[in-house]
Amino acid sequence: MAVELDVFVGNTTIMDEEVYQLWLDGYTVNDAVKVRMEGGVLDEIEASADVLLSDTMDQYRTFQMCERLLHSPTKLANQLLFQIPPHRQAMLIERYYTFDDAFVREVLGKKLSKGTKKDLDDISAKTGVTLKSCRRQFDNFKRVFKVVEELKGPLVENIRQHFLLSDKLARDYAAIVFFANNRFETGKKKLQYLNFQDFAFCAGQLINNWTVGAVDNLVEDMDVDLDKEFLQELKELKVLITDKDLLDQHKSLVCTALRGKTKAFNEMEANFKNLSRGLVNIATKLTNTKDVRDFFIDLVEKFIEPCRSDRWTAADVKLYLTHYTNSAHILDTFKHQVVWDRYMGVIKSCIFKMYHD
Amino acid sequence: MPGKLKAKIVAGRHLPVMDRASDLTDAFVEVKFGNTTFKTDVCPKSLNPQWNSEWFKFEVDDEDLQDEPLQVTVLDHDTYSANDAIGKVYIDIDPLLCSEAASIISGWFPIYDTIHGIRGEINVLVKVELFNDLNRFRQSSCGVKFFCTTSIPRGYRATMVHGFVEELVVNEDPEYQWIDRIRTPRASNEARQRLISLMSGELQRKIGLKVLEMGGNAVVGYLQCFDLEGESGLVVRAIGTACTLEKITSGSAPMCCPLPNTAPASNACNSPSKDGKESPLTHGCRSTHNSPVHSACSSQRLSQNFSVSVPTLIFTGMGSGGSAGKEAGPLKTLLRQQTQTALEQREFPFFTLTSFPPGFLVHVGGVVSARSVKLLDRIHNPDEPETRDAWWEEIRQEIKSHAKALGCHAVVGYSENTSICEEVCILSASGTAAILNPRYMREGCLDFGSTDHRFEEPSPPTCGFCHIPYDELNMPFPAQLAYCYQCRRQKVPDVLFTTIDLPPEAAVTGKGCLIQARLCRLKKKAQGEVNATAISNLLPFMEYELHTQLMNKLKLRSMNALFGLHIQISVGENMLLGLASATGVYLMALPAPGGIQIAGKTPGDLNNEQHISTIQKRINDTIAKNKELYQINPPELTEEGVGSPIPEPRQRSRLFRSHSESSDELSELDLSHGKKDAFVLEIDDTDAVEDIHSLLTDASPPSGFHSCNTETMPGIYNWTTAIQMFTSVRVLRLNNTNLTNQGLNKIFTDLCENLLKSFYFKLRSMIPCCLCQLNFTVAVPEEELVQVSVTAVAMTFDKDQNQEKPLEKSITKGGSETEEQLQFPLELCADSSSTSSQPFSRISGVPENSSVSTRAASVDYGSFADRCSTWLELLRLKAHTIRRGSVKTSRRTQSLAHSVSSLEHCSPLTDVRSRSLRSSRSFGGSSVTTVKMTPLSFLPGTRIIKYLGIINMFFIRETTSLREEGGVSGFLHSFIAEVFAMVRAHVAALGGNAVVSYSMKDCVLMENPNKNQAQCLINVSGDAVMCVRETDQEQMTSMTSTGQTCSSTDGAT
Repeated sequence: MAVELDVFVGNTTIMDEEVYQLWLDGYTVNDAVKVRMEGGVLDEIEASADVLLSDTMDQYRTFQMCERLLHSPTKLANQLLFQIPPHRQAMLIERYYTFDDAFVREVLGKKLSKGTKKDLDDISAKTGVTLKSCRRQFDNFKRVFKVVEELKGPLVENIRQHFLLSDKLARDYAAIVFFANNRFETGKKKLQYLNFQDFAFCAGQLINNWTVGAVDNLVEDMDVDLDKEFLQELKELKVLITDKDLLDQHKSLVCTALRGKTKAFNEMEANFKNLSRGLVNIATKLTNTKDVRDFFIDLVEKFIEPCRSDRWTAADVKLYLTHYTNSAHILDTFKHQVVWDRYMGVIKSCIFKMYHD
Repeated sequence: MPGKLKAKIVAGRHLPVMDRASDLTDAFVEVKFGNTTFKTDVCPKSLNPQWNSEWFKFEVDDEDLQDEPLQVTVLDHDTYSANDAIGKVYIDIDPLLCSEAASIISGWFPIYDTIHGIRGEINVLVKVELFNDLNRFRQSSCGVKFFCTTSIPRGYRATMVHGFVEELVVNEDPEYQWIDRIRTPRASNEARQRLISLMSGELQRKIGLKVLEMGGNAVVGYLQCFDLEGESGLVVRAIGTACTLEKITSGSAPMCCPLPNTAPASNACNSPSKDGKESPLTHGCRSTHNSPVHSACSSQRLSQNFSVSVPTLIFTGMGSGGSAGKEAGPLKTLLRQQTQTALEQREFPFFTLTSFPPGFLVHVGGVVSARSVKLLDRIHNPDEPETRDAWWEEIRQEIKSHAKALGCHAVVGYSENTSICEEVCILSASGTAAILNPRYMREGCLDFGSTDHRFEEPSPPTCGFCHIPYDELNMPFPAQLAYCYQCRRQKVPDVLFTTIDLPPEAAVTGKGCLIQARLCRLKKKAQGEVNATAISNLLPFMEYELHTQLMNKLKLRSMNALFGLHIQISVGENMLLGLASATGVYLMALPAPGGIQIAGKTPGDLNNEQHISTIQKRINDTIAKNKELYQINPPELTEEGVGSPIPEPRQRSRLFRSHSESSDELSELDLSHGKKDAFVLEIDDTDAVEDIHSLLTDASPPSGFHSCNTETMPGIYNWTTAIQMFTSVRVLRLNNTNLTNQGLNKIFTDLCENLLKSFYFKLRSMIPCCLCQLNFTVAVPEEELVQVSVTAVAMTFDKDQNQEKPLEKSITKGGSETEEQLQFPLELCADSSSTSSQPFSRISGVPENSSVSTRAASVDYGSFADRCSTWLELLRLKAHTIRRGSVKTSRRTQSLAHSVSSLEHCSPLTDVRSRSLRSSRSFGGSSVTTVKMTPLSFLPGTRIIKYLGIINMFFIRETTSLREEGGVSGFLHSFIAEVFAMVRAHVAALGGNAVVSYSMKDCVLMENPNKNQAQCLINVSGDAVMCVRETDQEQMTSMTSTGQTCSSTDGAT
């Protein structure tokens, strides 16, 4: 005696959020039943394990059928197959596109290609996220990437409109797309201490200030590609380190401003030239795609690590960078104020965000 | 050219990719009606094409309009090879042919393909212009309204109920034609879908013609079924109740019921003098046929209101075998006649309705059923309907004679169904024998629409329908009679079984519950006559056992009546399955049920006796537990509040209670022991062991849940608005080849029980909730496979049941709309009926004091109808009622005055419109209209403002990649979801937002996992309606008392 067929279809599609999460997390039906049983759902109402199994299977089938629609969420609202109240639709979409920070950290900045997909096995083993869930998350990244790649207009807004995501989630996806497009290196050991939210914040800064869209908002790829003209202009900043007078002048201005305001003053003074060279060199090299990829590792190596070894506090860093940026305005011979602000504004907030253990 | 059909193709969306190279589709559309086809332009390279076509115009006969569906085919243009079909949409034009229904069909329809399922959507507009067509020999019946609802539809008044209509059409099944061997499955499926669509159109048209001939304008309780006979053909048949309905509009005065031309004529022929020899009880439901059948049956009749026919075997269509000798004469006259007159229609006083206005139903005799086993390969002329017509006529005659034997002249809650396995077919019919109010029958018609206003109608006693209609001294079956516990004047049986809904006026105590009897019987595999004989020999035993099970389970729950009884017997190659479902209640008018006693055959055996006493104790404990669970507190106090209009449950006569006590459990049981009455189980009997087992394994619903298979749950009235309709199908494979009957029974019982448990679990978020209209269907699709399909609706209700509240409110308010709406206070009223025994007088706004006299008068009247067994007495009855009528004039004026004031009160049309606007806004949250579906005839918390037409759809789905679609479960799951989607889309296109009286008639699944193939056929029907949220406290007293009517409707998730 065996159950050959067992289905339950409601006019309003019945979906249990808990089971949905288990499905998203890639649990098999049997594992999901175990988890639910431990969760005590059977105690709510007198039921047996069979009932739970049958229910879980039904829901899994429903989710599988819905999955196709979730791939283009706008269809979910005007499809006819499933009658789902709008607030449930929003929940389904949001949860489907939600990802694990551990997983995204692994693929951030990598090319979203098939080759990478083969590495999903390793990522799954490393992060403890099930392979099935890894696949979904990876495919979500790829799908969003593919759709917004060809769209004009602001990246976050495009994502929000095409995938009906919340603002927060849309921003995160924008970051992922931005990182994937520019292939920023995030996997190096020195960058391991950074979490996804750190990078997402930085991506937001870069998108808002350094891309084409920051100046002209009707270009293709405007939020995805860095503003080439701006990158060229950055080369002009080189004068800050190549011109000896300017460098000294800059140093004295900063030191004057910092004196007595921090315990790390001595280290700041000692390291000024080094740090300034580091930051300006990063700026001047950004025309090379390769160096763009190393942007974050450069920031860590050239600025964050030296500061950390000198035990600067976060406040110290903030103080230093503020004065470092502002002092440049007082330099008479320095003519590139606008580019400097556009550059340092982003660098400053990125470093603030990244300066932690 | 009496009609012009116009169609416009607007756009498509979500089309599938048909060209792999470009990932796009070059779509165009063919619009076909009859033999005319139009095409749109090709919309190149788009998955969301905008055709915006011209209006395609078809000039057609209205006959075609009724029969044919509009066929919309979406194709992918291909320059070099044949165009690929993407899918089709069939649009039933019928709702547009009736002025009161929809005026335009406009909306997004799923594009359906029998192999791929839904593939995108298409936006279509359809209109019909009808020309007046006079003086023609009518072949069409445009304008006749069809309702699946088995009560008078809300918002309508029945000015006349004409009676039973039936029709049957046969065609060759395309699936079995030789050409099928060379054509694709898709072509075959589509041929079948189209054919069935045509056949149901034709069937509906023919039934419509009969209705027009009878002078009616509508069919209520329309029940259409398919018989897939296989080689011998495909049968589509339908039954219904012809009525003359009148829309209740705020403007129309309570009208004079216009008697249509044909009906009075036929009724004149139907005069009692002609039928003098027959029992006058059949007056108005005349029969020209002196049925000889039931004499043979009476020997088979079982105890307790239940008669079973001898399954007669007739091997050839012309009735030359089995019991045909007796029936040969009548059968010939029963053969189909092309011109069946209205008069002949009245031959069967059957009503497919299950709910009636108060006072319509006088007495209920009990369930009558008849079954017959037929061999399909012996049909003489399989392409013609004659043989099947004769079969059904024969069964109906049998039903009629059973009813007569129960002293009844009519059958209500009537239904028919079949079960086919290879060449064997079991035809079944069942209903409830009843006596209808002779007053309503006086003119030969059931003019109950106008009674509220025109006639001085005394409320019958609320217990009236329980009183026995048959002669006490000449009982058709052994039953224990007692004086009615409510009126104390009439005799009532100890148990009452019916197929109808609980009458709203009935007084019950506690809540009801679903009661099921399940049975499996093995049978040897056989062919032809041997097989048919074996089956017909088994049938009576199955009926008997099902009945015994029902009786035991009823007593175990301490209840005394069953409503909505539906017994299905399904035949397979090596077994028969029987499933009886009903809703048990405790009727206050009937005696308290005795317990169940276990008896051993070998007294003295100490071990045995101990065993027995253990079981006995368990049973007694269960009964006690159930009493508490279902809140059954039968009245025990002495004082009968004579002046009280509402007999409180507690105010009961001690006198009569003592009567029941005297015949109480043990003594009564001991007495009947010798007769082997239904509730004494002998433990030595293996069957009894099985019975006890199944009795005690039936789990009661978990707390917070209730279940019933009727329209409403006795004892629950304060519904809130959340509903969840669902369909569930489960198939079990019996691998074990040497199973015993007992083993099978256990498996089958567990299957049903587990299904219920699953429902409770899935719907736990809706607690407190009730599963209503639980409709189980069993089938044996293949050897070793058992299939159970269930459709039901879960409805939430407010837990805090304030017993007094609804009653109080309705008395004080007697709101305008309430009266109009509740002219037949059917379900709505049933909501509050648990406390009130007299909703009739209450609702018509009669002051309380008058109900006392009403009560007295009607008691008198009830006894009268009982005694009237001759024509003379009927005359006397008339005189009596006239006399009584005059006495009660004062009351009539009162209610008339009231109704006038209520009309003034009634909201003008604009008000209705604004309300509907308001509602459409609230429904239009997303771009897709939310369409609610329910198997019930109403939606709690809403008011139906318009019936838009009948939905009757048939789909076939086939797959050759079963594994890829998730196995049979995945296949069927998506198919059912698709069917729901298509129903919703059609309703939305008609301008509706709900389907009521929804049912899934057929779900035939065939699978071949080895070949990776499966096929499924689904037939669904229902009434498309437009309803508005009932926010006005005045209007729905019983529901708004909870104050939650406006709460969110999607809580159902």
